[in-house]
Amino acid sequence: MELITIILSGILIGSAVYMMLSKSVLRIIIGTALLSHGVHLMLLTMGQLKRGNIPVLDEEVSNYSDPLPQALILTAIVIAFALTAYILVLALRSYRELGTDDVEQMKGVPHDD
Amino acid sequence: MALIHLAILLPLIAAIAIGVIYRYYKRLHLGWFVLPVPLIIVIYLLTLVPRVSNNQLIYESLAVMPRIGMNFDVYIDGLGLLFAILISGIGALVVLYSIGYLSHREDLGSFYVYLLMFMSAMLGVVLNDNVLMLYLFWELTSISSFLLIAFWFMKERSLYGAQKSMLITMGGGFLMLGGFILLYIMTGTFSIREMLNQVSAIQESPLAPLAVVLILFGAFTKSAQFPFYIWLPDAMEAPTPVSAYLHSATMVKAGIYLVARLTPLFAFSELWVWIILLGGLITMAWASFNAIRKDDLKAVLAFSTVSQLGLIMSLLGLGALSVVTGANEEYFSIAVVAAVFHLINHATFKGALFMVTGIVDHEAGTRSLKKLGGLLTVMPVSFTLTLITALSMAGLPPFNGFLSKELFLEAMIHVGDANFSALADVAFIFPLLAIVGSIFTFIYSILLIYGVFFGKRTYDTPKEPHEAPALMLISPAILTVLVLVFGFFPNVLSGTIIDPAAMSIMASDTPLETHLYMWHGFANPALWATVFIVITGTLLFYFRDKWMFIYDYHKDRFTLNYLYDQGLIYSRFGSRKITDSYMSGFIRSYLVYIFLFFIVMGILTLLNTGIRISFDDMAPVGIHEMAVVLIILVSIVVILGTKSRMVSIIMLGAIGFSMSLFFVFFRAADLALTQLAIETVTTALFLVCFYHLPKNSRHQERMRFKLTNFLVSLGVALIVIIIGLTAYSNRLFDRISEFHIENVYELAAGGNMVNVILVDFRGFDTLFETLVFGIAGIGIYSLMKLRLNRKDGNNEEHAEESRI
Repeated sequence: MELITIILSGILIGSAVYMMLSKSVLRIIIGTALLSHGVHLMLLTMGQLKRGNIPVLDEEVSNYSDPLPQALILTAIVIAFALTAYILVLALRSYRELGTDDVEQMKGVPHDD
Repeated sequence: MALIHLAILLPLIAAIAIGVIYRYYKRLHLGWFVLPVPLIIVIYLLTLVPRVSNNQLIYESLAVMPRIGMNFDVYIDGLGLLFAILISGIGALVVLYSIGYLSHREDLGSFYVYLLMFMSAMLGVVLNDNVLMLYLFWELTSISSFLLIAFWFMKERSLYGAQKSMLITMGGGFLMLGGFILLYIMTGTFSIREMLNQVSAIQESPLAPLAVVLILFGAFTKSAQFPFYIWLPDAMEAPTPVSAYLHSATMVKAGIYLVARLTPLFAFSELWVWIILLGGLITMAWASFNAIRKDDLKAVLAFSTVSQLGLIMSLLGLGALSVVTGANEEYFSIAVVAAVFHLINHATFKGALFMVTGIVDHEAGTRSLKKLGGLLTVMPVSFTLTLITALSMAGLPPFNGFLSKELFLEAMIHVGDANFSALADVAFIFPLLAIVGSIFTFIYSILLIYGVFFGKRTYDTPKEPHEAPALMLISPAILTVLVLVFGFFPNVLSGTIIDPAAMSIMASDTPLETHLYMWHGFANPALWATVFIVITGTLLFYFRDKWMFIYDYHKDRFTLNYLYDQGLIYSRFGSRKITDSYMSGFIRSYLVYIFLFFIVMGILTLLNTGIRISFDDMAPVGIHEMAVVLIILVSIVVILGTKSRMVSIIMLGAIGFSMSLFFVFFRAADLALTQLAIETVTTALFLVCFYHLPKNSRHQERMRFKLTNFLVSLGVALIVIIIGLTAYSNRLFDRISEFHIENVYELAAGGNMVNVILVDFRGFDTLFETLVFGIAGIGIYSLMKLRLNRKDGNNEEHAEESRI
């Protein structure tokens, strides 16, 4: 299973990179969202998958899956969400002000100096 | 902190006081307040002369940064004292002269502050034993010289000259610092005196040649030697007192001082001897040759300074030769005496010549030799001063220049006698260059006298020339009197000043008992050389119209100045080209650099460490999990391919919900909850923005563009996969979560481990994550609400604020 999730997170990150390299702001934002998904998956995988129960204390269970990566990912999800929301609004605002969502056009006319 | 430290720092202290005085008291010329400073110093230094000439050396230490061995160690021997007296003595005369030269309308406060700063720096250079401290003062001379050259900063030529001198001397100084550090590596000390005890360590070290070259870079740039002399003629844009002080008598001799000071350390090195000897002679001949074609008086003097500095430098080379071949070769130890003596002579006559030039400029309004002429009857005193000093420069008896020139020629003629590498084979070159240089020196000296004071009286000078006020004439007069005194009674110097200085250059303890006299007898070849120089020089001067055309062949394109200017232009041009080539301003290019760097570093690291992947310790794969994987893959493909914003938003949502399904499968309940909630909110947010977002989610992109993107992202994906697999296969230690699992109830009284970790074990993470969330909220709110740069009328106040 870990092999598959690692490859999947690799694909997620790779496609995130592809999206981030495009010209459209919307695609760049989607790329960052994909990137965060890929990273979360990778984090979870590194803590080993499916080895034990949900990490909630239970008298009958002695084998729990690793709670630490889960805590880390929880933090990361929230931060990634804050970031996505912020850049989304930023993109919206810049689209309104500049009238374009093409990052190459945002650069403006190339000047000489 | 001894008295001598105070003497070095006195000008700096005075500089602060001067600034205050200048603000509040403007009736008296500021120079009068400055004048006591160098006078006090020179009187104090003169009281040290008897002690130093009795071989009692003065050493005072003051810890500045003892940890790195940087101490303000003042060490006074003959050489340092000679330079210090020159600096403060000529400094006093220059201040006196500047009182007459600069009017109240100039920014006198800045002028004297810079000048005092320079004086302090120069004293620091010559009286220091610690090379780091020496470097500090050395750069301070560069900086204050830069400020003084650009004193009239409204003139473009001044700025050009200041920048040029700054670049060249600072560059050299920086290389010199490298040399000093190499010396430290070789000997383990920054103190010159302690280095002297370890000459053998330097001799054996393979770093020695590099240190020689680096230190000579510093010395040659500062002392305007070939090919670094180009800054000196442009530094003539400075006020004339500055030119007289810095660019003839003191600063340009800092390099000479350095060479003289380090001669005992490096004399063993053939490189050192060759560079100084040949470099000095070439400088001398080349600069004197070029001096003749200038028609600006100060330019002529600038080239003449370069030429004379070359002469002194080559004499020091001979001095080093005498150390390396065993100090007994009489002619070469006499070369050191000649160097020291000519150093003093040059300071006197060149200082006076500059001052007289300043007077002519001041009274006639021009320095151009084409416009000047026939001032003999108008300015008789200036003429007398020029005549004496210029003839001394030309090396004619009975002035002091003759004595040192005689010694110089004598030493150069005998240079072939030295038993030193290939010297005997090329020995003819030395007297040749020396004599050629001397002939041109003679010609421009005569030209200087003739061009200004003789010939037809021209009446096209901007001002009606008349004799200068006495105030301006005092300083050059004193220097001229010194020229005469040193000429007729050279032995007042020999025992007191020259011998101790020569002894410290040679690092010997035995007194030299130098005796200088005018007449060496007919058998002396130097006498005949002088006669030859005078005759040839006179002939060439008389027929100068016939041969001056050769300078026309010396086109601007082949000068070092041209090279320097072009170098500057091309370095500017080249660096802009380089920067433009990669700083394109497109965010995509930067991302490509970042990702490519990641790929390259990843590959290199993997190659270095080797890849070890094992598939043993893997969990089993379930069908429902495979279904989720499939959903994600499909969604990715759709996102990559679609043009519609709607489809991509929905597909992103699909991936997010699949992620939460993954979290369910992998026993992470809290994660699944959070992911579900957040994905919903994100999708909602996208949809809220939906109406404002552009219709298409992608633009027309060229095939090449897409191919690069594809390759880069493929590379990143592969690297991530490989790194993930290697990391997974090579676990170095067990997880630390056992602690959390065991203590979750005992220590934190909770059952949900993830939550306990979030708020108890690692509560700080959560605190700041909340902060991030809050900041993002405030940021979004202000992004939506705040519109400062709207240009409609009712918001103009805000527009103002945003600009501020």
